[in-house]
Amino acid sequence: MSNPDVSGIPDRPRTLAEKVWDDHLVVKGEDGQPDLIYIDLHLVHEVTSPQAFDGLRAEGRPVRRLDLTIATEDHNTPTLDIDKPIADLTSRTQIETLRRNAAEFGVRLHSLGDKEQGIVHVVGPQLGLTMPGITVVCGDSHTSTHGAFGAMAFGIGTSEVEHVLATQTLPLKPFKTMAITVEGDLKPGVTAKDVILAIIAKIGANGGQGYVLEFRGSAIRSLSMEGRMTMCNMSIEAGARAGMIAPDDITFDYVKGRDHAPKGQDWEDAVAYWRTLPSDEGAVYDAEVYLDANELEPFVTWGTNPGQGVMLSDVVPTPADIADPNERAAAERALEYMDLVPGTPLKDVPVDAVFMGSCTNSRIEDLRAFASVIEGRTKADGVHVMVVPGSARVRLEAEAEGLDKVFTDFGAEWRFAGCSMCLGMNPDQLAPGERCASTSNRNFEGRQGKGGRTHLVSPLVAAATAVRGTLSSPSDLDPIPAHAATETVEA
Amino acid sequence: MEKFTTHTGIAAPLKRSAVDTDQIIPAVYLKRVTKTGFEDALFANWRQDPAFVLNQPAYQGASVLVAGPDFGTGSSREHAVWALRDFGFHVVLSSRFADIFRGNAGKQGLVAGVVSESDIEAIWAAIEAEPGISMTVDLQALRATIGDIEVAFDIDDYTRWRLLEGLDDIGLTLRDEEKISQFEARREAWRPRTLPVP
Ligand code: SF4
Repeated sequence: MSNPDVSGIPDRPRTLAEKVWDDHLVVKGEDGQPDLIYIDLHLVHEVTSPQAFDGLRAEGRPVRRLDLTIATEDHNTPTLDIDKPIADLTSRTQIETLRRNAAEFGVRLHSLGDKEQGIVHVVGPQLGLTMPGITVVCGDSHTSTHGAFGAMAFGIGTSEVEHVLATQTLPLKPFKTMAITVEGDLKPGVTAKDVILAIIAKIGANGGQGYVLEFRGSAIRSLSMEGRMTMCNMSIEAGARAGMIAPDDITFDYVKGRDHAPKGQDWEDAVAYWRTLPSDEGAVYDAEVYLDANELEPFVTWGTNPGQGVMLSDVVPTPADIADPNERAAAERALEYMDLVPGTPLKDVPVDAVFMGSCTNSRIEDLRAFASVIEGRTKADGVHVMVVPGSARVRLEAEAEGLDKVFTDFGAEWRFAGCSMCLGMNPDQLAPGERCASTSNRNFEGRQGKGGRTHLVSPLVAAATAVRGTLSSPSDLDPIPAHAATETVEA
Repeated sequence: MEKFTTHTGIAAPLKRSAVDTDQIIPAVYLKRVTKTGFEDALFANWRQDPAFVLNQPAYQGASVLVAGPDFGTGSSREHAVWALRDFGFHVVLSSRFADIFRGNAGKQGLVAGVVSESDIEAIWAAIEAEPGISMTVDLQALRATIGDIEVAFDIDDYTRWRLLEGLDDIGLTLRDEEKISQFEARREAWRPRTLPVP
C-alpha cells in the first residue's frame, strides 16, 4: 500500500521495517512528536489486560475495533486437570476477570478447554491472523515472535494496551534498524534456537536496545516458519523492540489456507503487496552484524541473562577473564546463583528437570524434534521431564501423530497448553536449587520458580539432556539399537 | 495524571546493574487485577534480606531511586512501574534504561532520568556520605541536586512535555480521531479480521 494521505515518507531505498512502519502512519509526528501508528492486530491475555479494561470502564470508552482484537488464556492456566476449577485463587481471579471483560466488551476469547486456547504467540500464527506487512501488538514482550512473518510486532505495557483498545493506534517514535546477517549452512543438530542464542551472546542482552532486528542471509532463508518464529521470539532477549524476517514463499505457504488467511482476490492482492516488502537494495541500516552459520554449534546459557551463553562443547567461563567490570560482576553473581564452578565442561552439568515448552519452542516442529531424539531411548533417572504444547491445537496435532505416546513411554509428562514453567505463574515451578534445561527464553533469577536455575537450550539439546541427565546434544548419545531407530536427527 | 514539575525526597542507592523486571516485581505478583497496591511486591525477593538497602532505616520513605546501568530490562510488565510508584518512588535515575520500562514509566508519571555513569557514582558517594539525604529533581530544568552536587539528566522531550502537562495519552490521540477513521477507510480488505465481517 502506498500511503498517499501521509506526507513525509522518504523517497529512497527502505528497509522492511521502514516499509511496514510507513504504511501504518496515521499521523506523521512533527518536531520530535511521535508518529501515530495504526495497529492491525491486537492480541490480549489475562495478565496485562485487567487494568486496561478497568481504564476503559472508568472513562466510559468502548473497544474501537473488536474485529482486530482477540484474547486467550495462557500465563496462569494449569496444565493438568484443566476441567477442574483453578486452585490458585489469584490465578483464577485473573482468568475470571478476563472472561468478564471479554463478555462485557465483546472481545473474542479462547478459554481454557477451547480448541484454540494456548500461548498467545502460538495462537495468532496458527489461526492465520499473523501475516506479512501488518502491525501486531500484545501486552507481552515476546510479541516479537510474529515478526517472523515480516510483520512489525512488539510488546507493549498495560497503558498501551488500553490505548490500543480505545483507539487502535499507538503514538511511537520509529525504531532504529539493525541487520543481522547469517550466511552459510547450519550443521545438523544446530537449530534456530542455537542461532539466536549465539546472536544474543555476541551482541549482548542489551545489544539490540532501541532497534528492530532484521534477520537475513541464506541461513535464515532456509529456516522453516517455526524456526523463524523462534528467532524473532528471542529478539527481545537482545533488548530489541522487535525482530523481523522478510516474507518469502515459505511464509506465504505457511499462511495460505489458514482460518483467517485472505482468500480469493484478497489473497492475490496480499501476496502482490507482500512481495514488495523485503528491504530494498541499498537500504541503509543503523547497525549491521554478521555471523557465519557454518561455525555455529548447539548453544547453552550458563548465567542469569540470555546473553550469558556459550557453545555447549565449551566450559563455564571464568569471570576474571571478562574485561568489562560490570559484566564481570554480573558473571560472578550469576555463577554464584547458578552454583557453577568456572572451567567446568557444560556437558558435565547435571540437571533435575527438563522443560520442553514456551512460545519460543512449543510448536509442532519443536515437539517432533524433541520426540525424534528420545524415541527408543531411556530417560535419565531422577530427571523430571515436562512437555507442554504451545496450544490446544498443537496438542491435538501431536496426539494425532502419536508423539504423546513417545513422550509418555519415555517417562515425560504430557501436559495441556500454556506458558507453564516458562515463568511459573501456574503450579509448574522449579523448587529452590533445582536446575533445569529449558527450551524457554529467559534464565533470570527465579524465573522458573524461586531459587530455580535455568539453562536455555534448543529442543534437541533438551531431549538429549533428558536422556543423559547432564547438558548434552544428540551427538553425545549412544546410537539407538537398530530395531528401535526411526528417524535420525544426528549423525 | 498529575503534573510533575519538581520533586524533593530521600534518595536511595541501588548499586546493582541490569536490575531486571523479575527482580523489580517477581511474576507471582502479576496475578493481581488492580492497578494499585503493589508496594509490597517491589523487590520482594531482595527485601527479605534485612541488609537490602530499602530495609535500612535511613532510606525509609525514599522517593528517588538511584540505580546502576540497564535498569528495567526484561519483560514489558508495567507492574514494575506501579510497584515503584506505589512504594513511593517518583523518580528513578540510571545511566541506561530498558526501552519498554522507560516508556511505561513516562505513562505513569514516574520520571526515568538518564544520568551519566560518573554522575551516578558521584550521587552514590554523596548518599553514602550522608544516608537519608534528600535530592531535588527539577523536570523543567532537567537538573537533579543532592548536597552540593548538581547533575544534568535526560528524558525525551515528548515524555517530559506530557509529564509537565499531566496529559493523558488516549485523550491526546483521540484529538486525531478523524485521521484514524480516514486511515481505516483506506485499509485493504486482506488485512486480518478476528471476527467474521458483518
Ligand atoms: S511462554 Fe513464556 S515468554 Fe511466552 S508468553 Fe508465556 S510467559 Fe511469556
